[in-house]
Amino acid sequence: MQDHMTLSQLIFGRLSWEAIPFHEPILLVTFIAVALGGAAVLGLITKYQLWGTLWRDWITSIDHKKIGIMYMIFGLIMLLRGFADAVMMRAQQALSFGDAHGFLPPHHYDQIFTAHGVIMIFFVAMPLVTGLMNYVVPLQIGARDVAFPFLNNFSFWMSVFGGMLTMASLFVGEFARTGWLAYPPLSGILASPDVGVDYYIWSLQIAGVGTLLSGINLVVTIVKMRAPGMSMMKMPVFTWTSLCTNVLIVAAFPVLTAVLAMLSLDRMFGTNFFTNDLGGNAMVYVNLIWIWGHPEVYILVLPAFGIFSEVVSTFCGKRLFGYTSMVYATVVITLLSYLVWLHHFFTMGSGASVNSFFGITTMIISIPTGAKIFNWLFTMYRGRIRFELPMMWTIAFMITFVIGGMTGVLLAVPPADFVLHNSLFLIAHFHNVIIGGVLFGLFAGINYWFPKAFGFKLDEFWGKVSFWCWVIGFYAAFMPLYVLGLMGVTRRMSHFEDPSLRIWFVIAAIGAGLIAIGIGAMIMQFVVSFLRRDKLRDVTGDPWGGRTLEWSTSSPPPDYNFAFTPRVHDNDTWADMKKNGYERPLKDFVSIHMPKNTGAGFIISAISFAIGFALIWQMWLPAVVGFVVLMAAIITHTFNYKRDYYIPVEEVVRTEDARTRLLESHA
Amino acid sequence: MSNHNATADSSRYFVREHHPENGTLLGFWIYLMSDCLIFACLFATYAVLGRNYAGGESGAELFDLPLVAVNTSLLLLSSITYGFAMLEMQKKKLKPTMIWLAITGLLGAGFIYFELYEFVHLIHEGNGPQRSGFLTSFFALVGTHGLHVTFGIVWLITLLFQLKKHGLTPENGRRLMCLSMFWHFLDVVWIGVFTFVYLMGVLP
Amino acid sequence: MSDHNHDHHDDHGHGHHGHDDHDHGSVKSYVTGFILAVILTAIPFWLVMGKVFDKSSTTGFVLLGLAAVQIVVHMVYFLHMNTKSEGGWNMLATIFTVMIVVIMLSGSIWVMYHMNHNMMPGMTSGMAHDMP
Repeated sequence: MQDHMTLSQLIFGRLSWEAIPFHEPILLVTFIAVALGGAAVLGLITKYQLWGTLWRDWITSIDHKKIGIMYMIFGLIMLLRGFADAVMMRAQQALSFGDAHGFLPPHHYDQIFTAHGVIMIFFVAMPLVTGLMNYVVPLQIGARDVAFPFLNNFSFWMSVFGGMLTMASLFVGEFARTGWLAYPPLSGILASPDVGVDYYIWSLQIAGVGTLLSGINLVVTIVKMRAPGMSMMKMPVFTWTSLCTNVLIVAAFPVLTAVLAMLSLDRMFGTNFFTNDLGGNAMVYVNLIWIWGHPEVYILVLPAFGIFSEVVSTFCGKRLFGYTSMVYATVVITLLSYLVWLHHFFTMGSGASVNSFFGITTMIISIPTGAKIFNWLFTMYRGRIRFELPMMWTIAFMITFVIGGMTGVLLAVPPADFVLHNSLFLIAHFHNVIIGGVLFGLFAGINYWFPKAFGFKLDEFWGKVSFWCWVIGFYAAFMPLYVLGLMGVTRRMSHFEDPSLRIWFVIAAIGAGLIAIGIGAMIMQFVVSFLRRDKLRDVTGDPWGGRTLEWSTSSPPPDYNFAFTPRVHDNDTWADMKKNGYERPLKDFVSIHMPKNTGAGFIISAISFAIGFALIWQMWLPAVVGFVVLMAAIITHTFNYKRDYYIPVEEVVRTEDARTRLLESHA
Repeated sequence: MSNHNATADSSRYFVREHHPENGTLLGFWIYLMSDCLIFACLFATYAVLGRNYAGGESGAELFDLPLVAVNTSLLLLSSITYGFAMLEMQKKKLKPTMIWLAITGLLGAGFIYFELYEFVHLIHEGNGPQRSGFLTSFFALVGTHGLHVTFGIVWLITLLFQLKKHGLTPENGRRLMCLSMFWHFLDVVWIGVFTFVYLMGVLP
Repeated sequence: MSDHNHDHHDDHGHGHHGHDDHDHGSVKSYVTGFILAVILTAIPFWLVMGKVFDKSSTTGFVLLGLAAVQIVVHMVYFLHMNTKSEGGWNMLATIFTVMIVVIMLSGSIWVMYHMNHNMMPGMTSGMAHDMP
């Protein structure tokens, strides 16, 4: 360490032209493609003079519906990036045997599997799940927005800028090579002195703030803003699972924040949390990060369970079987998810008594999930099942997730786990439950609620192409990994010597190719649906014969969601209203109190991005200046007391009358 | 489907004007619970690493208990002065509220001063956070608490300006209640700190 | 169609419609809490600085017990915790958090103790603590 730094070092830190990977052809080509594509998008926006609309109606919007849609767009775009990483890994592993070494050296390959995991969990699954909860929950409980609309906008932009920091690592510097959880000592300053782990840390810290605040937001929304008459046990099941998910978020994400902060202190200031000497202990990291990590996977899957409950009851035309037991099962899963974390590191030497305890709790937690599966099956029994796309995804989920769950129970047995830990069997298991559970659930939810958000259904043909390619592709890609894992193949390898393994990797690569077609078909589905939107239009607001309150609004709903707040008398409120001859009110509207849009969330998040970037590259002066600007921006925002306005009654009348005419003309 | 006579008031399915309850206080309480978990992590880390002296000095050799007692008193006093500020707020008395708030801020600043003094002293003698696992976890836990108190003081000063500008509006009342919860919560965490870190740390 | 001036809503801020379910305390309750807290602080300091008990473990347990009591004192007298605030949700959130904290602390200590014991065989805890 030099005694003092020059001004140039204080400003630029370790950032230099060498950070830009001019000599890596794959990255160079990617950058050119992204730059051209980005320029095209920016050009189109400028050509059609959309900047004003973009800023006023979307970037600064505090409307939960717009924010929900933006989360979905963000998640789906990041899916493409995360999947590109997956394709590269499958290709490498199919090619790299014996003397052939594929096209990805370990240095590069290790970044790819790390980025794949980080992006898929934090910037695909979390945003998609958050986006759906954001869009649907206020509508399902009869509210006009979430409890803290400004915080909602801020949370979204923090997630996006966190993701942007990870994306920046592609073109400036490198990403971490540690795997998605960045265990020390590999992630410590001695073994990873470069910027990769710092990109990892600050991306997740920034996104983590957004997620935590979003969790608080939705908990308070569900607790405080339910329509009159909607007691807890009259809430839709998706709202229940959202409540439990957000409770998990509030209870788990602080642990991630604390652990990553400790890692960054070790790296930046030479502290001894996780070092090998001077009294540190790397296993403290592993222990704490999995105390976060296990609840995290339930954060991902519980909303999916909620989606399935809504879809099954709607497309079987029946009330969900066993509502009370569903609620209890969800709450039990929430509580138990805190008692299983050690099963992620059975092999680290905590001994038989500790391992047995956690093995047993892990097996117990599969029981409430099993109860849910039975409830869905009993709902389907003697129902009038319609095999629309959401229902198809649900059935695929039921088969796929159960297989993944069973391999999970297998892994829960410590002696078995000693053989299978960190093998491809593990990789197959968690992809089985995450893709089969979370992703299929999200696809069901997207197909189900898309008409509500946009006023027209998604194209069925391309949806079915996507469905079959995904399902067959998934099995082709991951069943071979179970076989390979049982044969002893370790995860995260970029080269193999044993040629007899190769056939399995080739099958897996074909599976990945099928999934790629499935993703392409999904993109086609969006494009074709947009082009054919007039033929796919739904004007009733209730294209599926839904049972919950969101289907009582127009598609898309007006800004204020409900002209009059609904009064609830029973579960499946909308089904109850339809059955009892409800009549939509046509007059006596009032002006409606709404929160104002604001750019403060975007600005504060952008400053956070800049500070994160500065910290990564040790650009101390910009970091300090950035922090001062951040504090000033936050404090300035708190001086803004005029955050709301009233939608004038004339506008409400106009909107409702327009809907009345639309409904009458199609009656 | 149409019935032009249906009005909202007569319908069993609508409420004409609904004002949902304000969620700020519950939301802030839940945030405090999440903050509790950050501290729990730091306490857990201290529990595991807190005796890893790495051949260096232990808590018994380093901790200045009388200083800790002074700091504890300052923080405890500041809790009760904030309480008095809240009582004045209920009586709608702006000036006394602001005075008690300012006193609270000063006591908090005193706490931070003595804590910084302790930290600088330790670092000066080579017992900074890089010395051992024990000192790393000590500085992290106590330092994070101190950072929280510092942010609380910044917030307090900001609120004083906002009170001067807008007076005791319902919005400012909510903000004062949130800061109140925050401030008392920090005192609760300090109970954990002085007990588990300082007092138990000097025990053999 | 009347155009009400809705500004008066800001006065009671869309929250409290006449009723106020927040307990705000009184001078008496704050002073009582303060005195209890002072006592519950002085005793632990005296126990340690005066080396009152022979065994560290006894002292440790008493300290933790007194700390727990003082935390409750703070919750009741300063934070006005009761089963009614925010419809019982404050209490529920607190109980849930306490549960998670207990699981985290006890679980981590249990796991790490076993791990250290198994993975550094032959080392006493004193040796492990002074490892450079």
